[in-house]
Amino acid sequence: MTIKEPMNPPADKPIYKHWHVERDNDAIVWLHIDVANNSANILSSGVLDELNEILEKLTYALPRGVIVLSDKPNGFVAGADVKEFVPLKETADALVLLRRGQRAMNRLAELKCPTVALIHGFCLGGGMELALACRYRIADEDPRTRLGLPEIKLGIHPGFGGTVRLPSLIGAPAAMDLMLTGKTIDARTAKKIGMVDYAVPARHLKRAAVAVIMKMPAPHRPTLLQSLTNKGVIRNILAGAMRHRVAEKAPGAHYPAPYALIDLWVKHAHDPAKMMEEEAISVARFVLGKTAHNLVRVFFLQERLKSLGKKTLIAPQHVHVIGGGVMGGDIAIWCALQGLRVTVQETRHDALAKVIKRAYALFKKRFKQPRLVQAAMDRLIPDDKGVGVGHADVVIEAIFEDILAKQALYREIEPKMKAGALLATNTSSIPLEILSEALAKPSRLVGIHFFNPVAQMQLVEVVSSPITDSMVARQAAAFVRHIDRLPLPVKSSPGFLVNRVLMPYLLEAVTMEWEGVPAAMIDKAALDFGMPMGPIRLADTVGLDICLSVAEILSQRLNVDVPPRLRELVSAGRLGVKSGQGFYTYHGDKPQIPRAKPGYTPPSDIAERLMLRLLNEAAACLREGVVADADLLDAGVIFGTGFAPFRGGPINYVQEAGVDIQRKKLHELEQHYGKRFVADAEWAEL
Amino acid sequence: MPGPDEVNIARVVALRLGCGKHVPAWTVQRNCASGMQALDCAARNIASGRAHLILAGGVEAMSHAPVLLNNDMVTWLGEWSTARNFGARLAALSKLRAGHFKPIIGLLRGLTDPVVGLSMGQTAENLAHRFNISRERMDAFALESHHRLAQAQDDKLLGEIETLYDTKGNAYEHDDGLRRDGDMAKMAKLKPVFDREFGNVTAGNSAQITDGAALLVLASAEAVEKYKLPVLGRIIDIQWAGLEPAQMGLGPAHSIVPIMQRHNFTIPDIDYWEINEAFAAQVLACLEAWKEDDYCRTELGLEGAFGEVDLARLNVDGGGVSIGHPVGASGARIVLHLLNVLKRTNTRRGIASLCIGGGQGGAMLVESGRETGP
Repeated sequence: MTIKEPMNPPADKPIYKHWHVERDNDAIVWLHIDVANNSANILSSGVLDELNEILEKLTYALPRGVIVLSDKPNGFVAGADVKEFVPLKETADALVLLRRGQRAMNRLAELKCPTVALIHGFCLGGGMELALACRYRIADEDPRTRLGLPEIKLGIHPGFGGTVRLPSLIGAPAAMDLMLTGKTIDARTAKKIGMVDYAVPARHLKRAAVAVIMKMPAPHRPTLLQSLTNKGVIRNILAGAMRHRVAEKAPGAHYPAPYALIDLWVKHAHDPAKMMEEEAISVARFVLGKTAHNLVRVFFLQERLKSLGKKTLIAPQHVHVIGGGVMGGDIAIWCALQGLRVTVQETRHDALAKVIKRAYALFKKRFKQPRLVQAAMDRLIPDDKGVGVGHADVVIEAIFEDILAKQALYREIEPKMKAGALLATNTSSIPLEILSEALAKPSRLVGIHFFNPVAQMQLVEVVSSPITDSMVARQAAAFVRHIDRLPLPVKSSPGFLVNRVLMPYLLEAVTMEWEGVPAAMIDKAALDFGMPMGPIRLADTVGLDICLSVAEILSQRLNVDVPPRLRELVSAGRLGVKSGQGFYTYHGDKPQIPRAKPGYTPPSDIAERLMLRLLNEAAACLREGVVADADLLDAGVIFGTGFAPFRGGPINYVQEAGVDIQRKKLHELEQHYGKRFVADAEWAEL
Repeated sequence: MPGPDEVNIARVVALRLGCGKHVPAWTVQRNCASGMQALDCAARNIASGRAHLILAGGVEAMSHAPVLLNNDMVTWLGEWSTARNFGARLAALSKLRAGHFKPIIGLLRGLTDPVVGLSMGQTAENLAHRFNISRERMDAFALESHHRLAQAQDDKLLGEIETLYDTKGNAYEHDDGLRRDGDMAKMAKLKPVFDREFGNVTAGNSAQITDGAALLVLASAEAVEKYKLPVLGRIIDIQWAGLEPAQMGLGPAHSIVPIMQRHNFTIPDIDYWEINEAFAAQVLACLEAWKEDDYCRTELGLEGAFGEVDLARLNVDGGGVSIGHPVGASGARIVLHLLNVLKRTNTRRGIASLCIGGGQGGAMLVESGRETGP
């Protein structure tokens, strides 16, 4: 077969802003999407209007086939334009947007000629729905190809026909799983479940597309078993299981969209036209809702955090981590996973052995292909002699929290470091100003504070003391972006932002437990509010000894008293999950929840006591300028603690729930429980 | 023994170590002396000005030696793959015999001389016979090797050996072949493995088949200056020798002598010796050969006996018998260790040497530290 390069369009053809339409010698139309003034392709109204126009013309002058492809190096289409949904006030306006998208997809699907989506990189949300509207999908097998329908993460569900097309293409279980979790998959997995027809190397993409149009193989159909999953009674049975699974992760009171998606499918899967209509109505309703509003806010907060690290400021290749404990080891593993060469300095061979074991487990899970696992293992170098320090672009110190030990280490390594290499500490409790006294050039020390578990916690606090060179801090934030984490610039003050906001909340929970409220009831109140884990379990998971030491450090400088109960448990050797017993007793990492006493009614103010201490501390942080503004505070607390994302962050929550109401509650609590509930002066400014 | 995936393993090592895609790499093969051959090649490339900085050494994973299909099976598989229909496949199947499944153990083949048809152990038996080395002497030598290694480990004299980590959470600080609890009675209980009935060479007085790797950075004087490299020592001279394959264990005796002659050295001029312990009998035979007027005259072209090496200066921290002999790596390992011994004892000159399956010997003269002037 010979490959004919697409020819340039004749001069009389209309020129579109976001699309190039090219008709080659075989009468195949190559439909290039290349959205103007944007690094990624997104389906804004303008893009969809042009697509509608193009497709309408194609309907009248039918080509031999249509190949939809992206001219952006980073991917196919990243999704619909989220920004367009933000200012909407009326359901009708939302419906207009959605129907415009649906119409374009339907036109594409109804073309009488074969249509192919040629996919590389991101193919998400509206982009995936565009691909689903084609007869065939061919994807680049490179692991950077990511396909999925992540709308649910924004509090909505697919609205350009995806809910209709995906279940009927690959069967309900796989389709609903993708849409309900919002997870993305690579091309090979997509091929396995039938979401794409071919996963091929980049060098064959265009050849494959032409070949498919020429040969027109039978389009993908679900297996008999898969298609049965969309049938009447079976739908009802499956829906029950789906609702059950969703409820484990996302309670309906806070996250209505997944349940609506299941209902939509159960009610209408037999009638595609009707389902299409209902899909738009359902999404329109959620787009205007509070949950979606706040989740979109979280999305933009995430974009803001990303923008705080300019990758061009540093080009790290080698990271040297000193300290092979849990944090040091996990930081090293994460950096190696992200493609950097890492030396991890530790004299205890058994600790290094554990790091290598954990690394192997993570790499195997993330990479799957043995070759890539091997390459990552090769990048992670155990370094019992500290040889790597002189080669590294970034040195991260993560040894135990001891001022003299850290200072002695800095004196030893500073002369060995490359000129211009970044020196960062992962300390969570020692002021940077004190540590940097040991350095010949004190302004070079910056804090890069990771959270445990490193592989799951996206946020990294980038800590500056008054003497930290601002360029160093910016480079540190850039480094954090290089390893795909979210940098939050914070001031060097006790607990920085995340631990400081979290600690009063945890301690209030400990106090309540000591007062006799069952731990499980306290945790339930927090979960009901939308926290990802209850405070008591969180304390057990972090380790009560660690909680105690952080609490003691904070109590010296802040308005925090350490409840005696915490000391009592720690001195009894009950340290939490790691010792098998903390507040709960553990089998593995599962807590044994004792049955509540019959007739016991928990106090009604559990959630208020917990959350208002957190909110009050957040206000104090804002007043002290621990972070630059309220949005960054919200972003930090959401990505650092998992604070109920649908509430949009603590400050956003206070404002939505009413500043005066919350403040009044705080006042009531103060009268009941004492001065730890005294409202911070910042409340007047909120 | 090259693995099937890593025939040019030097390139694989270089890429996986991160030496860079633009750095060329090649693999040499000289059986037990491949590691030393690599150093020789590197030294020559630097001497000729073709390179300034070379990472050279040896690697071996004998635990990964392949098990092969025999020729009959390979032929049969060829037929099977061309059998297109059911009938042809049935016909092919009917030709399959139990004998087809008899595997070839790659490791055993690799350790057998194809020309004289003797295993390496049998060549050691030849030497024991030729120089009248008793089982007791071999066992005592082997035991001493273990004692020396144990002492070296306890005194932390093996700093050049890196700790290894597996993916299951274990760290391996030492080679695991050391027997701290051995004694002559236990050694005596072991059965001969090569000449099974009446032989003397046992697993206890032979080198251990192990995995290992040893790499050295070789640099020109210019590169040493440019990159401010610390210098452990210098390669002064290298000699390779050929001899009767059935007596390959005498390779060190043959390869060392020409170096000594070139530099007008006598045995006391050499501060420390590393002679690879392929077999206790073989190392002892080399020493015996140098003591014999007759052997030195007829085989080494000397006028009389070459002399006697002080055992206190030979393999001071054990050798292949105790620490293992990863075939491809040993040549580089003994050179590196010899340099460390010279440094630690603040002495100057050493010779490292190995016997090579197929009837060869290799020897390298090294001096510690930087050049000290004429």
